[in-house]
Amino acid sequence: MSEATMSPPTGTRTLLEVDNVTLRFGGVVALNEVSFTLQQGEILGLIGPNGAGKTTCFNVMTGVYKPTSGRVRFDDQQISGKKPFVINHMGIARTFQNIRLFPEMTAIENVMVGADARHKTSVMGALFGLPRFKRRPHEITKNNAILASMQKTFGISRHKREELDGEHKALELLRFVGIADRANEVARNLPYGYQRRLEIARALATDPKLICLDEPAAGFNPSEKADLLALIRRIRDRGYTVLLIEHDMRLVMGVTDRIIVLEFGRKIAEGTPEEVSRDPKVIAAYLGVPDESA
Amino acid sequence: MTTIDKLESADDKRIKIRKGIVDRWHGLPNWQRWLFLAAIIVFLYYLPMMNIPGLNIIRTDFAEGGSSWGGVLFLCAIYALVAIGLNVVIGLAGLLDLGYVGFFAIGAYSVALFGSTDSPVVQAIQARFGLDSEWAVAWAACIPIAIAFTMFSGVLLGWPTLRLRGDYLAIVTMGFGEIIRIVARNSQFTNATVGINFIPGPEGPASMDNKIFGVVDPTPWYWLALTVVLLLVIATRRLEHSRVGRGWAAVREDEDAAAVMGVHGFRFKLWAFAIGAALGGISGMLFASRQGYIDPSNFSLVLSITFVAMVVIGGSGNMLGVALGAVLLTYLPERFREFVDWRPFAVGVALVVVMVLKPTGLIPSRRRARELKDRAEEAEAVNV
Repeated sequence: MSEATMSPPTGTRTLLEVDNVTLRFGGVVALNEVSFTLQQGEILGLIGPNGAGKTTCFNVMTGVYKPTSGRVRFDDQQISGKKPFVINHMGIARTFQNIRLFPEMTAIENVMVGADARHKTSVMGALFGLPRFKRRPHEITKNNAILASMQKTFGISRHKREELDGEHKALELLRFVGIADRANEVARNLPYGYQRRLEIARALATDPKLICLDEPAAGFNPSEKADLLALIRRIRDRGYTVLLIEHDMRLVMGVTDRIIVLEFGRKIAEGTPEEVSRDPKVIAAYLGVPDESA
Repeated sequence: MTTIDKLESADDKRIKIRKGIVDRWHGLPNWQRWLFLAAIIVFLYYLPMMNIPGLNIIRTDFAEGGSSWGGVLFLCAIYALVAIGLNVVIGLAGLLDLGYVGFFAIGAYSVALFGSTDSPVVQAIQARFGLDSEWAVAWAACIPIAIAFTMFSGVLLGWPTLRLRGDYLAIVTMGFGEIIRIVARNSQFTNATVGINFIPGPEGPASMDNKIFGVVDPTPWYWLALTVVLLLVIATRRLEHSRVGRGWAAVREDEDAAAVMGVHGFRFKLWAFAIGAALGGISGMLFASRQGYIDPSNFSLVLSITFVAMVVIGGSGNMLGVALGAVLLTYLPERFREFVDWRPFAVGVALVVVMVLKPTGLIPSRRRARELKDRAEEAEAVNV
């Protein structure tokens, strides 16, 4: 992750394939035979009016819902029907439309939970981890001289190494999204914009191949939106593939490579931002159809 | 809204005071903190020899079921261990367990069934392998057996039930505690209601030859229990401040978001159950060894409720708090034995008073306190 790859050519390889996915809640059809693909390294926009099924689509992809029919394939593996944490381990991370941080954990702890997803040691490591690894320069304990000298002599355990790596990575990601100045503050006390960006940092910490952002700019003012736009580009430049749900058309038009338009759970259009913005069906969906009988 | 306001102001004041103490503590240089901790530990070890006026007037007439100062300290230590174990389940993982006495009982019965010549299990092994009637599993070997059995029972209970949330889990665990007791009461291999005698201690079954861990002097037993408590406090702290502790906190605060972030919630909850069970089991084992005799009536539902009360009164999520809760709820009933009939009433009143005045416990965990407040606000928001 830290070895940032500059944006690879898009369209090289299909990363995600949503194939004829239908999701019904009783009589309500939330998604109706939706199909689309996502290429590695691209930014795909998912737009549509309220209630079109965008977030539902995310929920199917991340394992919160099981599709009634159809399949989702990610990285050449079937993921529909798998548990959310398994899908996360396979490489899909997401943020939530209504922010769902761990409110009483500090910002850095929130991100460390994300980083933990890639760690292996657990109870046994924490309890009985033996010092087996030579300490690396950034792992030097500063506030405790006794501990520091012990680590120098004996090295550190795999668990300790993972803890330190997690901390390191978390801090780096907080810097990346621009909120490192309040790393030790409890998440619920952070300003709204910080919370939104903290969610992105937490998702990135799980080392995803694909990151799904669910309306990351909701409630932002224009200058914050511009910052977010830049951040999304930088995320892509680091080598992540981005799937973006957004209402603000200007933001979507400015950042995405391709756009999928949903309405009433159906895909009604797909194409580059220019194509989509000219599509009469899309214009009708957003502005309403003139009533011909009148 | 008024209840929240009240809660908030009381909470703020408390947090401010606590913040002062906690910040000062963290502001001290390292060596001073270590020195302070060392002093407290020395004090704890020295406690049985101290004659504190008013504190250790505990009736020693064994004929009337009294207990000595050292004996009470021993009980305080093992119940503190129980509270610390239950705190892993309730305070850290956020799962309400009302049948914790089941694990305490399994720990006690592990050492009884394998360590005592009186137990049908040992007798069966003797008969099967032609061993003499003095043979039994050594006490030290009973420790891993007790840990293994309790952890296994924790996993066995957790596997099907941890899919339940909140109150439903509480009911099922309550049933588990009762099942253990009733099985022990009705089975041949546990000697049913007769109970098991001659449970060994570190030096074997109680006898006049025992130099250290005898029947009369409880002080070595207290030291043993205290040592175990201190070791397991360190272990639990390591877990709390690790990936595991963060996993528990994440699941406690938002289980669905945690799952999407790659936290295997079920596995962490199962670990919490297993670790909590093991701590309860070790405590039960010490209890049985010290008593030398157990029967199923030692493990009633009331004890489970008392364990939960220790955690709640002390301050769920805070190890120091729950240990204090355990010590208070063990020491006070022993100190005021003359009012034994009033004990349930007094515990009830104490619970109500603590819930009204300090709803998050005597020494609350700061994070837990805020989580509970969040939940109160949510509930209030729904009602409005």
